[in-house]
Amino acid sequence: MISKQTSERIAFAVVTAATVIVVTPVILIVAYILINGLPGISWEFVSQMPTHGMKAGGIFPAIYGTILLIIGTALFAVPLGVGAAIYLAEYAEEGRLTRAIRLAIINLAGVPSVVYGLFGLGLFVVFLGMGSSVLAGSLTLAILVLPVIIASAEEAIRAVPQDFRQASLALGATKWQTVRNQVLPNALPGITTGIVLGLGRAAGETAPILFTAAAFFLPRLPTSPFDQVMALPYHLFVIATQIPGMPVEKQYGTALILLLIVLSAYGVATIVRMRFAARKLW
Amino acid sequence: MEATRLTRAVAHRQRLGDRLVEVFIYLCGFAAVVIVALILLFILREAAPLLGAYSPLDFVGGIRWYPLSGVFGILPLILGSLVVTLGAIAIALPLGLASAVYLAEVASPRVKDVLKPAIELLAGIPSVVLGFIGYLVVAEMVKNVFHLPTGLTGLTGSILLAYMALPTIVSIADDAIRAVPVEYRHASTALGATRWQTIVHVTMPAAKSGIVVAVMLGVGRAIGETMTVWMVTGNAPVIPTTILQPLRTLTATIAAEMGETPRGSEHYQALFAIGLVLFVITLAINSVSYLVVRQHEDKR
Repeated sequence: MISKQTSERIAFAVVTAATVIVVTPVILIVAYILINGLPGISWEFVSQMPTHGMKAGGIFPAIYGTILLIIGTALFAVPLGVGAAIYLAEYAEEGRLTRAIRLAIINLAGVPSVVYGLFGLGLFVVFLGMGSSVLAGSLTLAILVLPVIIASAEEAIRAVPQDFRQASLALGATKWQTVRNQVLPNALPGITTGIVLGLGRAAGETAPILFTAAAFFLPRLPTSPFDQVMALPYHLFVIATQIPGMPVEKQYGTALILLLIVLSAYGVATIVRMRFAARKLW
Repeated sequence: MEATRLTRAVAHRQRLGDRLVEVFIYLCGFAAVVIVALILLFILREAAPLLGAYSPLDFVGGIRWYPLSGVFGILPLILGSLVVTLGAIAIALPLGLASAVYLAEVASPRVKDVLKPAIELLAGIPSVVLGFIGYLVVAEMVKNVFHLPTGLTGLTGSILLAYMALPTIVSIADDAIRAVPVEYRHASTALGATRWQTIVHVTMPAAKSGIVVAVMLGVGRAIGETMTVWMVTGNAPVIPTTILQPLRTLTATIAAEMGETPRGSEHYQALFAIGLVLFVITLAINSVSYLVVRQHEDKR
């Protein structure tokens, strides 16, 4: 019979080991892609059109397409998401309706990304006749990231002290003036963090744009919101699994560029959060 | 007089502007409900013709998925998703709970400040990048360890899905454990229990409902994952008999076949019907976990 102190030591060693098993692959994956991807990256790689059936040249149209999709997603998701967050934090009263809204948001967060793709296909591409396009893809991605933006923006708005609102209302400001002039400026860093995280997520998603925006290969850049685009995540899928004899350094190079875009969103969000924490007035 | 009237006019216009903005905010508030309804509506709309002509029982219970011959049995795909998901949970549950216990009860704040972002980073890696690594590295490992003809198997998918579900499981379980009142722990240690005995007999039972939610949301995440499983599970739409064979999930079937099927065909409708099945499964999982959390909060 081992003493309870010994069994505690064994148990703590086991949970520590489990945490190492969880965390190590994350570091390995990022390092592995970095090491294998860096040799494939050059100015030509990020600025040129692909040639020779995508086996040579660069990936510029895929980067450009992903940037367009992120901008489009932001245009739709930011006003809608922040508006919904203001509603939930400032206007909603606890009751059946608010519960229904919260349940809907939680369910939106859990809908599989490929189902968003089907929805985008059914509503935007077919029913509204947008075709497979930047516009349809952006709208689909915007709905996908909505729960992320709403949740973090609401949290940021709720974190603004109640005193600020009372002081403003006591001076005769209306509800909206209070929200606009006192609450939103103070919640801005938190809202920004949520937006950046949401857009980073949108940049990395593949399944929602498969049938709503992404092209296998396009020899030219899109010129209107109704054009199809190439996009980095789908491009990585294509060159990793669909084209035999694809040079490995192009695959790793593409994975690295995609990872850099998505992880820099995490970096920016972390910096905003830290700078804000250091300057916090209350 | 003139000045007062002017101020009043300005104030009136401001109030009108306020009203317009507030109307916009109210509309945004209801958007989420409208969107959930629209998703259901538009997936049903595309799937409906098939569900009218093809018996739902043959669809869900059929053992053959031969879409080009008009045979749409999705049982192999349901079982494929089930096998991969159960495998993922078998890996992620012990690892995730142990990590959550470590983070909440054992780690020093400084260690935790490093580890938590690292685990969150895992959630940030795009699924197609994980699929790419899985295809090149994890599949090779599975192939060599089990001496298989191909490494693209259910197990490969389970391993990768486990890591995709881990951030969800760890962070929610960690929150649940830390939400247990500190008095419970003090009472237990005062009775002479060690920290580990306290964790096993007091803290974990008290955090039970949060841990259940963590697992459910992890399952939801795993069932809905698309790109990674598509890339690493080998895509064979057959009834799986072992986790070490190539199989096909519900999500991968939609992603792989939608691009090649003519709009409005029976095959196209069948893929939307699969989407409907997925939507209903995840809706159920998420609604139940929301109710569990809600009930727990009400009790507090």
